[in-house]
Amino acid sequence: MSGVRVLVGTRKGAFVLTSDAKRERWDVGGPHFTGWEIYHLKGSPVDPNRLYASQCSGWFGQQIQRSNDGGKSWEPVGNEFAYDGVPGTHQWYDGTQRPWEFKRVWHLEPSLTDPDIVYAGVEDAALFRSVDGGKTWHELAGLRQHPSGPNWQPGAGGMCLHTVLLDPSNPERIFIAISAAGAFRTDDAGKTWRPINRGLKSEQIPDPTAEVGHCVHRIAMHPSRPSVLFMQKHWDVMRSDDAGDSWHEVSGNLPTDFGFPIDIHAHEPETIYVVPIKSDSEHIPPDGKLRVYRSRTGGNEWEALTKGLPQRDCYVNVLRDAMAVDSLDSCGVYFGTTGGQVYASADAGDSWAPIVRDLPPVLSVEVQTLP
Amino acid sequence: MIRVVLPAHLRTLARVNGEVELDVDGEATQRSVLAAVEAAYPVLRGAIRDHVTQRRRPFVRFFACERDLSHDPPDAPLPDAVATGTEPFLIVGAMAGG
Repeated sequence: MSGVRVLVGTRKGAFVLTSDAKRERWDVGGPHFTGWEIYHLKGSPVDPNRLYASQCSGWFGQQIQRSNDGGKSWEPVGNEFAYDGVPGTHQWYDGTQRPWEFKRVWHLEPSLTDPDIVYAGVEDAALFRSVDGGKTWHELAGLRQHPSGPNWQPGAGGMCLHTVLLDPSNPERIFIAISAAGAFRTDDAGKTWRPINRGLKSEQIPDPTAEVGHCVHRIAMHPSRPSVLFMQKHWDVMRSDDAGDSWHEVSGNLPTDFGFPIDIHAHEPETIYVVPIKSDSEHIPPDGKLRVYRSRTGGNEWEALTKGLPQRDCYVNVLRDAMAVDSLDSCGVYFGTTGGQVYASADAGDSWAPIVRDLPPVLSVEVQTLP
Repeated sequence: MIRVVLPAHLRTLARVNGEVELDVDGEATQRSVLAAVEAAYPVLRGAIRDHVTQRRRPFVRFFACERDLSHDPPDAPLPDAVATGTEPFLIVGAMAGG
């Protein structure tokens, strides 16, 4: 019988939540790596028992953990992320130039075809790849060496590469996003990159329509339609129909278009989800009500999804990597909060229930649909 | 033989309990002891000192014989009591909240 496995990264460890396809009763596994920050963990689409986890600590640095049994057991693999060549410099908060310095892995993206190939988006922003199951890592340095690199600068959370999207129709094409540099695309498997930020408008930077410098929070792509991208920017929900060559705003009737995660229904590529947050200076839900917004029209027309979610006195945030969908019928939608709740909807967002309520602050949520 | 006490998180990573005992090549210094630790437990590479610069991570401290040796040069001799195994070399996670 099919089921789902929800992989939850938190400030104090990782948790593995499992259920059958009904998604009513859940087993909670973990914590794994107790006391460490788990920015992200994700499974291979080729081998669902192969998982990768980013484990880090302000004291002891970065570890990458790998599981070959669906998260029951783990082994540390390689943790050396050395920038290629002389790292160069990027812009710091005070406008000075500062050398690139590895801090942590924000996002792990396993290959669509090989369980031993995995990409890592890191802070300070760069993209690394391992072809040996995480034992060794090599930078795809063309990204960081883009001529705009010295102009990139950190967002409030650090200069992180947080989004890695692999195009299932074109193995040479990868999309990435950096806070606060923007979105980039390669069409030659990572050798060269181009900024794809035309149409973005950010009033928080000196030139609101600059080629780079935008604080992109998250990008989502439906595998059946990889040229259509949806973006939650610092402010604004955006859409591209040409693989990022141009973007237009689809915030429509959202109560606020600030937020972090964005995701797409597994079977309806025009159905998208966001979690509006009050503002860039107040990272809380508007009016104390935790609401997911769903558009069934690819943006612009949004409906609030509230059934089962707290509609008073709620002041949690939902971070950029903390929403995911399963591919069961009907589509399950999941998100985790900074208050430690992981909510699940087994009916595409119509109703919600917490799987767990009292985890540490949730940093990431990924979902595997198991055969 | 040098005795080394690892902090709890690094004992978990290295899958050891209690103190570890290591033979050190040459004189007992921070550098030679850490090299022996990393040779015995490769998973700890990068967790105590930086992979490239070999500098102590900022929130890691080295104590021995009731002294803080964190700021001593990495090639300075460790106290005789550490070199002879009478006292352990303590690798400590600095006190911090959160």
